[in-house]
Amino acid sequence: MTARLLPFSDDPIRPSSPASVSIQFDGAPIEGVSGQSIAGVILASGPLGFRRTSVSGKSRGVFCGIGVCFDCLVEVNGDRDVRACQRRAVDGDVVVTQHDALPGSIA
Amino acid sequence: MSNDVIIVGAGIVGAACARAFALAGFSVLVLERGTTAGGTSSACEGNLLVSDKGPGHELVLAQFASRLWSSTAADLRAELGDTFPSIEFERKGGLVVATTADGAESLLAFAADQRGARVDARVVDAAEMLELEPDLNPAVAAGVFYPDDAQVQPTIATEALMASARRNGARLLENTEVTGGLFDDAGALIGVSTNRGPQRASRVLIAAGPWSGDVARRIGLSLPVRPRRGELLVTSRMRHRIFHKVYDADYVGAVGSDDRALQTSSVVESTAGGTVLIGSSRQQVEFDSSLRVDVLTEVAAKALRLFPFLATAAVMRSYGGFRPFMPDHLPAIGEDPRMPGLWHASGHEGAGIGLSLATAELLRDLFLGRTPEVDPSPYSPARATLAPHLELVA
Amino acid sequence: MSSVLILGAGPAGLAAARAARRRGASVTLVDSSEQLGGQFWRHLPAERPAARERILHHGWDTFRALQAQLVADDGCRILTSASVFAIDATASPSTTGTGPGRVHVIVGPSDGTGRERIELLPDAIVLATGAHDRTLPFPGWDLPGVFTGGAAQALAKGERLAVGAHVVVAGAGPFLLPVAASLAATGSRVLGVFESSRLSSLVRGWLPRPWQLLPAAKKGAELAGYIGGQLKSRIPYTTGASVIAAHGTDRVESVTVASLDKNWTPVAGTERTLAVDAVCVSHGFTPRLELAIAAGCQITDERFVAVDDAQATSVPGVYAAGEITGIGGVDLALAEGALAGHAAAGGNPFDLPGEVRKRRIYEGFARRIEAAHGIRPGWPDMVTDDTIVCRCEEVSFGALCSTAESTASTSLRSLKLTTRAGLGICQGRVCGRSLEQLIARRLPGNTLGDTVSTDRRPIAVPLRLGELAAAARPTDPSPTTPTPLADPPKGPTS
Repeated sequence: MTARLLPFSDDPIRPSSPASVSIQFDGAPIEGVSGQSIAGVILASGPLGFRRTSVSGKSRGVFCGIGVCFDCLVEVNGDRDVRACQRRAVDGDVVVTQHDALPGSIA
Repeated sequence: MSNDVIIVGAGIVGAACARAFALAGFSVLVLERGTTAGGTSSACEGNLLVSDKGPGHELVLAQFASRLWSSTAADLRAELGDTFPSIEFERKGGLVVATTADGAESLLAFAADQRGARVDARVVDAAEMLELEPDLNPAVAAGVFYPDDAQVQPTIATEALMASARRNGARLLENTEVTGGLFDDAGALIGVSTNRGPQRASRVLIAAGPWSGDVARRIGLSLPVRPRRGELLVTSRMRHRIFHKVYDADYVGAVGSDDRALQTSSVVESTAGGTVLIGSSRQQVEFDSSLRVDVLTEVAAKALRLFPFLATAAVMRSYGGFRPFMPDHLPAIGEDPRMPGLWHASGHEGAGIGLSLATAELLRDLFLGRTPEVDPSPYSPARATLAPHLELVA
Repeated sequence: MSSVLILGAGPAGLAAARAARRRGASVTLVDSSEQLGGQFWRHLPAERPAARERILHHGWDTFRALQAQLVADDGCRILTSASVFAIDATASPSTTGTGPGRVHVIVGPSDGTGRERIELLPDAIVLATGAHDRTLPFPGWDLPGVFTGGAAQALAKGERLAVGAHVVVAGAGPFLLPVAASLAATGSRVLGVFESSRLSSLVRGWLPRPWQLLPAAKKGAELAGYIGGQLKSRIPYTTGASVIAAHGTDRVESVTVASLDKNWTPVAGTERTLAVDAVCVSHGFTPRLELAIAAGCQITDERFVAVDDAQATSVPGVYAAGEITGIGGVDLALAEGALAGHAAAGGNPFDLPGEVRKRRIYEGFARRIEAAHGIRPGWPDMVTDDTIVCRCEEVSFGALCSTAESTASTSLRSLKLTTRAGLGICQGRVCGRSLEQLIARRLPGNTLGDTVSTDRRPIAVPLRLGELAAAARPTDPSPTTPTPLADPPKGPTS
């Protein structure tokens, strides 16, 4: 069990029934709720980490959630360096995890 | 306590001089107004170039420096050990391309002249260019490859030279600002006064980059070194796609220009951190470091002429620095004819990182009374081309 | 009639917009988000209406009134999804000859490509750029599943997403409580709230009913009513303790909690481990100063924008309000915003005595928060050699120390450039101030050799090189000549 969307039927704020949004994440279709950020859709679908760092290859995901830390960068429809927490998911978005190896060793 | 030499300024030129003098057995005191590498040396690209220099005295010095960097990089590594950050010396080579037919003609003529001065300047055709740089705009008109163009990470190089200088006995006082000269009863220079008290030395060397004119003035002389602002852009990290230093040929014209107005020309390269560095501008705005977005726009637009794929690269930072500009486009290296004991190592314009080592060797030999490997007279503050400017400003 | 540009549409910016409009100025309100309200009033998107959304928020009615008024007002142009990437203070002044500079904006989806560049030349600017969480580094804080409190809040309030099922909230400050409350209201089980600060007499006065702090001000909120029961019965609130390490391989699996002494040094032997699937850690807030610095504003020794009684900064025509002038919460932000907007439109603070009074009251509140919860100097004792200090460039504390020892540098600028710490894509937003403190702590007198600030970012937000290369569309300084916004019968902020 990890991050999850509160089912609207259980939500004390009594939201209306939401529409869904569907995106591709590393080739697999995942579903979210219309109006969610790409980060939110990914988190609710399971993975907490969805970027590999350049130096140590470690996993990273959402940290600050408000566009400050740039840890949640993903490639969206071919554009790199998109903050997943700041970009609203749009039906059909093709999202790919990002990893940039450092240039070869310097003499 | 008296010193053999006081060096004013702990940028790369001051650090290289401190190391060379200390290794030669001089007692050295470095006075730095701020902290090591706090000025131009940490606000530049770290270029060690021959490609942008036509036949002449600056090229001679650059060729000498280029030889020195290979051995010094190895010496520093051996001396400072693996725990010291790498100075990232790399002879990655420079590719100079012309984007117009006119530009192609002058680039090829320039390269031919350089070959006459023993510069390795290889004309490359379109296929060879794309082999060197697969993502280069295929529409470029001509290209010349300079295998000897190299680079260092300038802040680390400065720190490494200073660390080595200290290991060899040089002393460094940071946050120490020179406020004037000290003179004996006969009027001879015997040191400097600072905000932390007087310091004596038989020689005072001004190596304060674009601020050298101000230091000289405090000691009582003029020096026509002026700041020329340069702005650079840094992208976020990306896959390694640019493998050499790649310049638009109009960079060469901008380096040699006297124009006070804004000039921009493309210089694009990858860094060890995986970012791409995009330069650069030249503008005389005194020491005003305000951001000018129109300058950045022009720098960005010209870089896209070389590498169209960069259009979607994210720019995360800009930075700028002040090059020490001299009216006759040569550094002042040597003793001031107007004041015995006052020496200069200033005015390297955009080439100070590369030329620092050559400047230091040259001055060390002059201090020792040896004949330097390179004829020092063209760089002397007593040279004829500088004389009118010295009088003008005095 | 003057044109006032307001940067940031959180509480301070919205209040400024309304005040400037009431005084007859033509207003442009810019925010990088798609919605108004800022982080504080982060809410569900329009396509997800909820009958009782107000229970998640403090001052929801105030927000709705501000939003409704401004959206309906022809004299207020609202630019959302609009990021200011630079302020060029050297650029030619506005049509009236006295403007504070040229403001460069990129408009379109966050981090998109080919977005439109526009330039604004206002007569006056109100900076209301707010603050973000400050999280101190600790071992494992770079694991997925470690979030800032702000992340938990944004996802809970903006998406109804809980960052974990079993969550610990830790750090310092009254913000921890609304974070815990939001998590609980979104279906997480909050295993505990750990407040680093030991109890000053002030905080002791607040206990044993910390939920009364919800949401950071004294007025009762619906959320407190809803969630208070849960907090009381099920969420342990512990002071003088914090999360000092997070553990796991690819994600957080557990955290170590320990007691802290009064300087926040962990007390050996008090460690215990809690199994979690998420942890939210915030140690207060860092003001977003880059645009204020770009505009040339003087910054105080406490690292906020210096303002006078009229919320005027040191730069003529530039005003500041909200968290960038001091962390004080929503009520202070609303009062400052109103005064700033009014002054930017040519008014005098004496015209709004009610706002002046509120500002005075809530400034006192802000000072008490800082006294009770301010970061204490022992925190680096949590940091081990392996701890990542710069997340972007993955620089460990050990590497930072080793380089500092090698170069013997006392300079922040040099150490950034020799280690790459703070040079990554977040541009030191997350690590900058911690780096400054970690480096200074090793030096004589705990003082850096240079006076470089990690707050300066001439490019305030990344944009694409192609966007920067494109010509900007010059934009009218003001919307069509507006009539002043009428005062409503009752001020909704009161």
